[in-house]
Amino acid sequence: MKITEKDVEQLATVSRLELTAEDVSAYTKYLNTALDYMDKLKKLDTSKVEPAQQVLPVKNVFREDTVEASLEKELALANAPEVEEGSFKVPRIVL
Amino acid sequence: MELTSLPIHQLHDLMVKKEISCLELTRAYLDRISQIEERIKAFLTVTAEEALEQARKIDEQRARGEKLSPLAGIPVAVKDDICTAGIKTTCASKILYNYIPPVDATVVKKLKEAGSIIVGKSNMDEFSMGSSTENSAFYPTRNPFDYDRAPGGSSGGSAAAVAAGEAAFALGSDTGGGIRQPAAFCGVIGLKPTYGRVSRSGLISHASSLDQIGPFTSDVRDLAQILNVICGPDSQDSISAQVDVPDFTQSLTVDIKGLRIGLPREYFGVGLDSRIRAQIQEAAYKLEELGAICEEVSLPHTEYAVTAHYIISCAEASSNLARYDGVRYGLRVDTEDVLSMFKKTRAQGFGSEVKRRIMLGTLNLSAFYYDTYYSEALKVRTLNRHDFARAFEKYDCLLTPASLTTAFKLGEKAEDPLAMYQSNVCTLPANLAGLPAMSLPFGTIEGMPVGLQLIARHFDEETLLKVGYALEQINFS
Repeated sequence: MKITEKDVEQLATVSRLELTAEDVSAYTKYLNTALDYMDKLKKLDTSKVEPAQQVLPVKNVFREDTVEASLEKELALANAPEVEEGSFKVPRIVL
Repeated sequence: MELTSLPIHQLHDLMVKKEISCLELTRAYLDRISQIEERIKAFLTVTAEEALEQARKIDEQRARGEKLSPLAGIPVAVKDDICTAGIKTTCASKILYNYIPPVDATVVKKLKEAGSIIVGKSNMDEFSMGSSTENSAFYPTRNPFDYDRAPGGSSGGSAAAVAAGEAAFALGSDTGGGIRQPAAFCGVIGLKPTYGRVSRSGLISHASSLDQIGPFTSDVRDLAQILNVICGPDSQDSISAQVDVPDFTQSLTVDIKGLRIGLPREYFGVGLDSRIRAQIQEAAYKLEELGAICEEVSLPHTEYAVTAHYIISCAEASSNLARYDGVRYGLRVDTEDVLSMFKKTRAQGFGSEVKRRIMLGTLNLSAFYYDTYYSEALKVRTLNRHDFARAFEKYDCLLTPASLTTAFKLGEKAEDPLAMYQSNVCTLPANLAGLPAMSLPFGTIEGMPVGLQLIARHFDEETLLKVGYALEQINFS
């Protein structure tokens, strides 16, 4: 199935990327090339294969729930583009 | 002999014997940087003042008669995706152009405790997405062997810095070959440790099930010394493995008699420069002369592993990079409402390769495509692991080319993202399986270095060092 420009616009919205008309056409082309490439996997019979999410036999790493020093608030806010009263500030959300 | 062309252990000896001070050594590296950096562009930030200050401290310790640890006073370049407290860390992206981490990555903390001197933050492909360092949002790095050629990537700055004598060693990160391919292109040693061997706390995430930090050095002994410092579990990284760290310098022996080495035929197929094939065969003959047994082996799903890696890494990246939204750090494009702030910030902050991968990753994780591609890729991951497991029943390590070609020209693959990805076919499968793998220079073709790759079982970096050390002795003889 081919990816359309409309699909790309939808993807851009969920990826939170603003695209120009030029971008839309370029990404449509690229994604279709990538899908053709990825279709290679269809040649394999994987019906009896379990998926591997990761490579180590690590599961649920627990630790004691103890209080430890954490990052100072000033440091945590130091890189923020806009700060007010000890909080990150963003444009109005509810219009 | 120039100080900046000596391996770490010799620099250490010179400092211990008081033939040079740490300040002299640091100045020698900073001078080398001012002399050549304009042509190489290995660094995004050079931390000259901090380096000199640290060097003075090491000299004071030495004057007090304190014992110098093997990495004390040794200048290091740190890839710009590894956080350094108080030093700008951009991931070579406009979206983090002004980011100053509040804390050090665990590996940086460990290097500082060992007394290493950070001379700068090295250039890379933006968010490690690329194989040539041309995707840096700031400028490309050039290959020290030929300025018209790429240093490889994504950790191209780290590889070039070591090759050009701008740092005695470097740290990089490897998601699909980001350490090994540039090491091969620049004629230095690069090692991707086992997944979980080195803490990734403070490494800016790209693809979390694949990413691993590792070192670049000019010889195998240096590699062992660095592994001794950076490996080990860390409470800040829950996947860092609870596995004992040996003294890696114990592996520096040419005794490889009886060691079984497999040459996977899938790595010697279409696209491989026949002269590289000849070099690897030469390496195999030499290893046999030392008593190793070299045989052909098959990893039948290699071709699929490359495709699966692309699907998985893009999917994980699209999720990891959701955090760049202009709220807590980095670039913000101001607008009236929050949604358009996100979209404009990300549109302006990310480069084209990053956006491509976010889009593809989002597509692969969408309900409609998830089963067709992402789930299939995870199954291929199992097949890839089984391929390696079968090979390691019979062989102690695998010998392959680190790259199908020597360093390509800048711009040669820049217009074709899939061709760029394919240039890492030799290195991607080890990430997918979490195996330790190293790239080691072995000869040159028309003046450009050839890299061979060794892959070993999980947590068996020692075999890599052993075979690497043997090959190094062959190289020198």
